[in-house]
Amino acid sequence: MIELSGFAALYIFMLAAFTGYEVIAKVPAILHTPLMSGSNFVHGIVVVGAMVALGHADTFLTQLVGFIGVILGAGNAVGGYVVTERMLEMFKASGDKN
Amino acid sequence: MDLLIQVSYYAAAFLFIMGLKRMSSPVTAASGIKWAGAGMVVATVITFAYPDLHNYFLMTTAIFIGGVLAWWTGKKVAMTDMPQMIALYNGMGGGSAAAISAVELASGVNHGPVITTLAVLGGIIGSVSFSGSLIAFGKLQGLIKGSFRFSGQNLVNIAMLAVIGLLGLLIVAGDGGGFGVFLLFVLALVLGVTMTVPIGGADMPVVISLYNALTGLAVAFEGFVLNNAAMIIAGTVVGSAGSLLTQLMAKAMNRSLGNVLFSGFGDTEAVATEGDQGVMKPIDANDVGIMMAFAEKVLIVPGYGMAVAQAQHKVWELCQLLIDRGVKVKFAIHPVAGRMPGHMNVLLAEAGVPYDLIYDEDEINAEFETTDVALVIGANDVVNPVARTDPASPIFGMPILNADKARNCIVVKRGQGAGFSGIQNALFFLDNTRMLYGDGQAMASELIQAVKSL
Repeated sequence: MIELSGFAALYIFMLAAFTGYEVIAKVPAILHTPLMSGSNFVHGIVVVGAMVALGHADTFLTQLVGFIGVILGAGNAVGGYVVTERMLEMFKASGDKN
Repeated sequence: MDLLIQVSYYAAAFLFIMGLKRMSSPVTAASGIKWAGAGMVVATVITFAYPDLHNYFLMTTAIFIGGVLAWWTGKKVAMTDMPQMIALYNGMGGGSAAAISAVELASGVNHGPVITTLAVLGGIIGSVSFSGSLIAFGKLQGLIKGSFRFSGQNLVNIAMLAVIGLLGLLIVAGDGGGFGVFLLFVLALVLGVTMTVPIGGADMPVVISLYNALTGLAVAFEGFVLNNAAMIIAGTVVGSAGSLLTQLMAKAMNRSLGNVLFSGFGDTEAVATEGDQGVMKPIDANDVGIMMAFAEKVLIVPGYGMAVAQAQHKVWELCQLLIDRGVKVKFAIHPVAGRMPGHMNVLLAEAGVPYDLIYDEDEINAEFETTDVALVIGANDVVNPVARTDPASPIFGMPILNADKARNCIVVKRGQGAGFSGIQNALFFLDNTRMLYGDGQAMASELIQAVKSL
């Protein structure tokens, strides 16, 4: 694994923060709810971290906490995806076939 | 294998950002979530190949349990209940970030002060977001009623935050011990509850959006702890995008974030000014039908009340009849129509209304003056002209839709009472306003009949 340490990590943090801001900045109000739901889905990536944490766990307690963490993370990712997709599927223009 | 993992995380980060970008325009939005979804699948699958992991059986079982439960609830939930579902899934993400932090802190491996600090911060933020989101879910779902407030509540919260901060410092210094870590998480969970419980239902969307941003931040911090670039990038992007979205929402509701978190106007029972404002003039559906059928331009102003009455399908059917007769029909949406900004657009889209007939407040407000009929259905505070005229009103300064400026304004309403905020609506008493009393869905059906019978 490459080490993301010190200033390299800070640079990533700064650039990602600006990216998030710019991506959302000009969004019309009609998409606020689906977009919130979509960004909620994206932080479901936490499931990956929970998997790694569970994979390192070696006591009963840490295994239990890690197990719950993976359940919650998977719920975040899957639930976020399902509701976002359901909402966005409904947006149609006048010309589109229904 | 290392290289493959890195490449996969890199691809996932790219897909997330592209997905979010596509989700920010209605034309490409539906494909955006698929891009982001592909990124998630790639990242999750490759993590099984991560070096030095065990507990694969537990991992797979947990993914299965969480995934199936979330899939099932997500497919089942009604569109009107979307805001609380988002809160619930968001809380799960926060809880997951807190769990990562707990496992890493309890593992006894010394990560050094910087990484330990980030783990502690991510754990605190994730825990607050977890319990706070659950309270928000409970409130919007109607499981928790009322708001529990006592004087000095803010002081208690600040004191709790101070204790959490001290515990965090002890842990970073290496003196926390198992009990210190345990206490830190318990207190952070309690803080999430006490912070959220006093906030009223009307302000909940802003709070949910804030917790969404906070979960993103917690995920980013845990990404630093685990040295995982996909988590750092996705978490940070959501953290900053979510903060901006929170500000946009607060602004659309004419509230500052500080106001939302510390004052609790959201459900104050504002005493309705019972002053003599004149009389409300009723009208029946037949007359309204004729008025609309022979109008040149009709604007529909829907509110959450329409969705509660499940009237959106009938309203759209009515609009299609009018469009067939050559009437220009547009929907005017206030930023906070529905339970959160953009929620009404989702509800209208569900009924089949094309998004190019739907206009934001700042796009449409100038058009009311040239509108023959403005049909207000299920909306109240967002069309109250006192927001422009009366500095004493609690909603003074809130941007509103200028339905009062239309030549004729028809308000569909169940009875004569005040709205969600308890503020009397001056629009109902204007000379150009007529009240169509009845249930939204029933009235929409009567209007359809009236137009059809012409």
